[in-house]
Amino acid sequence: MDKITLTIDNIKVEVPSNYTVLEAAKTAGVDVPTLCYMKKVNEIGACRVCVVEVEGNRNLQASCVFPVAEGMVVKTNTKKVREARKATVELILSNHNRECLTCARNKSCELQSLSEELNISSVPFVGERTETTIDQESPSIVRDSSKCILCGRCVNVCKNVQGIGILDFTNRGFETEVSPAFGKSMKDAPCIYCGQCIVACPVAALREKEDIERVWDAIEDKDLHVVVQTAPAVRAALGEEFGHPIGTRVTGKMVAALKRLGFDKVFDTNYAADLTIMEEGHELLHRIQEGGVLPLITSCSPGWVRYCEFNYPEFLPNLSSCKSPHQMMGAVVKSYYAEKHNIDPKKIFVVSVMPCTSKKSESARPELAVKGMKDVDAVLTTRELAKMIKQARIDFNRLEDAEFDPALGHYTGAGVIFGATGGVMEAALRTVAEVLEGKSIEAIDYHMVRGVEGIKEAEVTVGGKTIKLAVAHGTAMAAKLLDMIKSGEKQYHFVEIMGCSGGCVTGGGQPHVPAKVKMDCDIRIERAKALYEEDTQMQYRKSHENPLIKEIYDNFLGKPNSHKAHELLHTHYTARDKY
Amino acid sequence: MVKNILNEENFEKLQAAINENRNKKGALMPVLHEAQKIFGCIPLEVQKRISEELSVPLSEIYGVVTFYSQFTLESRGEFVIGVCLGTACYVKGAQPIIDKISELTGTKVGKTSADGKFTLEATRCIGACGLAPVLTVNEDVYGRLVVADIPEIVKKY
Repeated sequence: MDKITLTIDNIKVEVPSNYTVLEAAKTAGVDVPTLCYMKKVNEIGACRVCVVEVEGNRNLQASCVFPVAEGMVVKTNTKKVREARKATVELILSNHNRECLTCARNKSCELQSLSEELNISSVPFVGERTETTIDQESPSIVRDSSKCILCGRCVNVCKNVQGIGILDFTNRGFETEVSPAFGKSMKDAPCIYCGQCIVACPVAALREKEDIERVWDAIEDKDLHVVVQTAPAVRAALGEEFGHPIGTRVTGKMVAALKRLGFDKVFDTNYAADLTIMEEGHELLHRIQEGGVLPLITSCSPGWVRYCEFNYPEFLPNLSSCKSPHQMMGAVVKSYYAEKHNIDPKKIFVVSVMPCTSKKSESARPELAVKGMKDVDAVLTTRELAKMIKQARIDFNRLEDAEFDPALGHYTGAGVIFGATGGVMEAALRTVAEVLEGKSIEAIDYHMVRGVEGIKEAEVTVGGKTIKLAVAHGTAMAAKLLDMIKSGEKQYHFVEIMGCSGGCVTGGGQPHVPAKVKMDCDIRIERAKALYEEDTQMQYRKSHENPLIKEIYDNFLGKPNSHKAHELLHTHYTARDKY
Repeated sequence: MVKNILNEENFEKLQAAINENRNKKGALMPVLHEAQKIFGCIPLEVQKRISEELSVPLSEIYGVVTFYSQFTLESRGEFVIGVCLGTACYVKGAQPIIDKISELTGTKVGKTSADGKFTLEATRCIGACGLAPVLTVNEDVYGRLVVADIPEIVKKY
């Protein structure tokens, strides 16, 4: 790319000629405020917060979309600029529900930060307010238009990154509202509850449906045996809520905090991930050897499963019948664990801490229950766990590292990497390859399925058989891959799909990261590193080597895909109508 | 009696319009114009069909339909009464006129009467300020009105 030179606030800077003024300012170390801007997702120059003076231009220009040019002179901190930015944000605030003290995004709100940074001390524009809607009907996502600032970030992430388009601008002018079609509830739209709209939202117009109080009540209830489990991706992001840099792994502190919160047992969903690999790996072997429906497609991501049910019902027979790991864990806790420890399963309350908002809806699926008992009783997001830790006034950073409870707390490196795109595939390969080869394999790092490329393909030859693989993340990429399979252009044996781009580490329930930070940090990569690091440090890195897994098959389940395993660990899917 | 607009014949016409525009860039607008003409409105069932055929999310279509005033979600009456609420008409007393029509036809502004006969709309300036206050019934124009003129006009239809 050609380079050009421009001057920003008297600083000369050389940048590629396709840069915007905003990117050039960043290069020059000049901080320009933004609000609607979200790198590669929402670059529309709508909010006018990032305006700057460009010499020779009569009007202020939105730097996030204004291209640089040779010799351009830009000023970002003049009276005109400061006043324009301030007036813009004051106007936004004039129609915004300013209940910051009691807002779900208090202290993680980009509008709040911006107001502080722009030194806004009053809102001079008083007048009519737009009529607002609060939609709390879905099990996962709350939409509150009284907070919405019409930036369009959710609209574009849903339409372009996920390829779904549940939300859009409706009506016009003062009555404009970001909403599903016909003002429907998210519950009545083909929403997959991935929560990418929530992590894109700069304010609290979209947020998860909180389950915190229900969990506190369960902990308080002396009759209940409250078990908590944490998904792999939680440990890779929870630290951010307590000031740690993105990508810091806080496994030990997280476990210690959960014990302090008063849970009776702290288990790791990774154990169930290992169990998933045993079931799914053998399902794959079975389908390959017996001529079953191929490709086998993973079913751990409830967002993806819902997407498939709404949009590609013809692929439902391809989905693995395995429940997702936390559901397996719930089922195992209320059967095997309850039996072994002589606890009445009706008195067990299972809480899942997940990086995901779709897991909330998943746990409410009627078929995910055994003998009338739900596998999982409550799902908290990583953000909700952080809120509970803060509410309990636990000094997170001073906690001594603690270990998961041994009953269902041992896991392998294969289980840990489930949280990143390509991780389920790699974990499955580690087991399937050994079964096919009939011997232990040393080289178990499958680098070709790692990384954040939208669709990854690989072939591995094991036991004289070539297995064709593909990995997709983000449902728009999933659609692209499925279309290629449908047309016959591509053929695979095994496909991993995760609903969110980057996989669970960047799920809809993970801590908020301001768009500003995401501008030069790919959080998908940083958080995944934490998981791959934990993988290398584990004593066992293959699911079938987990001693607890061997134990449950020897003592309880028999063998993978046995009748009992099917009863507890497998499920089915339903084609769903859109709207 | 409102006739069933969502009949097979209309959907066939819609399909033809979709097929004609399918491969064009920005196919949505011309298809919506046709749909409005065919059905007299663009309700959920019609938007769903367009969404599936053009692979455009329903929310986007709904957004466009509610943005432009020439598209409507509900069917319009046999006679569309447009009362100009532009500045000139308004100061010359358009509001009591619209209230009177509403009373006589039993139709709220922006709505259609139960018998499907009248739709009452408040329009922006229609460029006939010299005739203020002014109203239109389909293609007919009535100007320099007073409230007392209204019953007779409504009776004509």
